[in-house]
Amino acid sequence: MIKKNPLSFQLNVDDFLPATEEERLSLAQLRPSVSFFKDAMRRLRKNKVAMISLIVIIVIILLAFVVPSFYPYSYEQQIKGALYLKPMTYSLDEQARIAAGEKIFPHILGTDNLGRDYAIRVMIGSRVSLLVGIIASAIILLIGSIYGSVSGFFGGRTDLIMMRIVDIIYTVPDILLIILLSMSLQDPLDALSARPGWGWVETIGVNLISIFIVFALLYWVGMARIVRGQVLTLKQSEYVTAARALGASNKRIIKKHLLTNCIGTLIVTTTLQIPSSIFTESFLSFLGLGVAVPMPSLGSLASDGLNGLSSYPHLLLAPALLIGLIILSFNLFGDGLRDAFDPKMKS
Amino acid sequence: MAKYIIKRVLLAVLTIFLVATITFFLMHLVPGGPFVAEKSISAQAQAALNAKFGMDKPIMVQYKNYMLGILHGDFSLSLKQRGWAVADIISSRFPVSARIGGLAVLLALVIGIPMGSIAALNRGKWADNLIIVIATCGIAFPSFVVCTVGMYLFGVNLGWLPTFGLTSAAHYILPVFALSFYPMSYITRLMRSSMLDVIGQDYMRTAKAKGLSSTVCLFKHALRNAILPVVTYVGPMMAYTITGSFIVEKIFVIPGLGGQFVSSITNRDYTVIMGTTIFLATLIIMMNVLVDIVYKIIDPRIQLQ
Repeated sequence: MIKKNPLSFQLNVDDFLPATEEERLSLAQLRPSVSFFKDAMRRLRKNKVAMISLIVIIVIILLAFVVPSFYPYSYEQQIKGALYLKPMTYSLDEQARIAAGEKIFPHILGTDNLGRDYAIRVMIGSRVSLLVGIIASAIILLIGSIYGSVSGFFGGRTDLIMMRIVDIIYTVPDILLIILLSMSLQDPLDALSARPGWGWVETIGVNLISIFIVFALLYWVGMARIVRGQVLTLKQSEYVTAARALGASNKRIIKKHLLTNCIGTLIVTTTLQIPSSIFTESFLSFLGLGVAVPMPSLGSLASDGLNGLSSYPHLLLAPALLIGLIILSFNLFGDGLRDAFDPKMKS
Repeated sequence: MAKYIIKRVLLAVLTIFLVATITFFLMHLVPGGPFVAEKSISAQAQAALNAKFGMDKPIMVQYKNYMLGILHGDFSLSLKQRGWAVADIISSRFPVSARIGGLAVLLALVIGIPMGSIAALNRGKWADNLIIVIATCGIAFPSFVVCTVGMYLFGVNLGWLPTFGLTSAAHYILPVFALSFYPMSYITRLMRSSMLDVIGQDYMRTAKAKGLSSTVCLFKHALRNAILPVVTYVGPMMAYTITGSFIVEKIFVIPGLGGQFVSSITNRDYTVIMGTTIFLATLIIMMNVLVDIVYKIIDPRIQLQ
C-alpha cells in the first residue's frame, strides 16, 4: 500500500496498482467463443420439429442402407407359392415349415405379384430415392455455386449474359424437357454401356443417369441465382478488398472468401433441394421413366401398386406414404436449418 | 412499360424457339429412326415410310421444314395413330385437360386465399396451426400420392366417388381436388406470410385509427396488398397443373392431353411427343410472361427495369 500525501489532489493511488491474479481471472472470458456453426447448431437443437424430422430421416436412412444387408430376403428373390400375400401372413409352404418347427421371418408388408417380399422392396426403393435426391443435390450444389459465384463476382457483361442464360433455362418447362431427355438419352447410353470400360453405366441404370444429366442441365439455376445474390453483396466487403490487395487470385477469392462465407445458404438450399429431387424422381418413376426393373424405386412401386388397388391397397399405400414422409421430413428439417443458419431468411 | 413488355416477349419467343430446337434434335438423337422397332417392315416399306415423313432428307432440311410447319400450325402426322394429325390430337384432347386444370386453379385460389388469411388473422391459435399442418402436408405429398390415397379412401373403400373416366360431375371431384392440393397449400402458405407482413404495416394502423370498420380494413387495405405475391405464383401454378395433369389423367383414365402425352411416350410416338411438348411449353412460357406483365400493371410500386 502506497501512502497518500494528505495535502495532495492526487487520485487514489490504489486504483493504479497492477491487477491481482483474482481480478485478472474475473475479466477473462470464461466460456469459449461460439463459432457461427456452433451457434446455428445450438439453435437447431432447440427446434423440436426439426429434430424429430432429423430422427425420422436417420431411421429411414438406416432402413434403406443398413437393414437390407442382413434382411433375410432380397429384393429380387421370388418366393415360390407366395404371390400377393397379405401383410404378416405366410404361404402354404411356409406354414408347413413353421408347423415342422422351423422359424421363418414374417413378410411384414406381404409379397407382390411375383412373390417378392414387399418390405425389402420398399426399403431398396427408398434407398434409390434417397440416393437420387442426394446425388442430384450434390450435382446442383457444384454447378449452381460455381456458376452463381463466377457470375456475381465478375459482374458487368459477363453477369448479364450468364443471367440471361439462367432466365431462359428458368422459363423452360422442366418436366417436359426431363421426359424428352430421358427418352432420347436412353439409346445413346445403352450403346455406351456396351463398350468396354463403360460397364458401370449398366449397373447404375440408364434411366438413373439420364435423370442425373437432366438435373445437371436444368435444375442448378435456382441455386445459381441465390449464390449470385449473396456474392454480389459479399464482394463489397473489406476482407475481399484486403485479399485482393495482398495479391490473391480471383479463383482463390471466390473459393476461400466468397463461397465459404455463403456456406449457410449453400447448406440450406442443398437440403431443401433433396426433397424436390426426390419428388421429381418419383414423378418420373411413376410415369415409367425412372430406374430399370427389377430395381424398385418408390415411384415405380406405387405405380405398380395402382393396378391392384381394390384388393391389395397396402402395395400402393406403403410406398406412397413413405415417399410423402421422406419429403415431409426433409422439408421440415430444411426449414429448421434455414431458421438456424439464417434467422433473417425466416418467412 | 412498353420496353419491358417487348423485352419479355422477345425473351419468351427466344425460349420457345430454343425449346422447339432442343426438342427436334433430341428426338433425332435416337439412332435408326422410329420405324426400326417395327420388325415386320421390309427395307422398302421402311424407305417409303421415311420418305413419306420426310426423314430421308438431311437433318438440317428436316429441321427447316419442321420449324416452318410449326409456324403454320402444322405439327405433322402421328407416327403410331395412323391418319391422325398431331394438331388434331392436341385440339381434341386439350379442352378436357384445360377444363380440369382450370377448375383446379380456381379451387386452389378460392380455398387457398381465405385459408391463408384466416391463418394469419388467427396467428398462433388452433386454426392457424391446423391450416399450417394441412398446407405442409400438401406441399410434401406428390400428386400421385394424393390421387391414389384419395382414390382408395373415397373411391374403393367408401365407394362415394367414381374412380375413373370423366362422364359426370362427380367424376371431376377427385381429379380436380388431387390436382389442386399442392397449389392450394402453396397459396395458403404464401398468403399467410404476406398477410402477416401487411398486418404489421403502418397504413393498417392508420386505417384502423381513422375509424374504418374491420371489414373495410381487411378487404380494402389488407387483402389487396397481401394478394400480390399470389399473383406472381399464378404463372408457375399453371406450369404445375399442366405437368401435374400427366399423372392425374393417367391415374383416373381421363382422355386429356396429359394422358395422351404419357401414352405417346410409352409408344414412342415421336411426332406427338414433340408437338405436345412445343405446344405445352409455349402455353406455360406465354402464361408466365402474361402474369409478370399483369403483376407490374396492378402493382405500381414495382420498378420497371
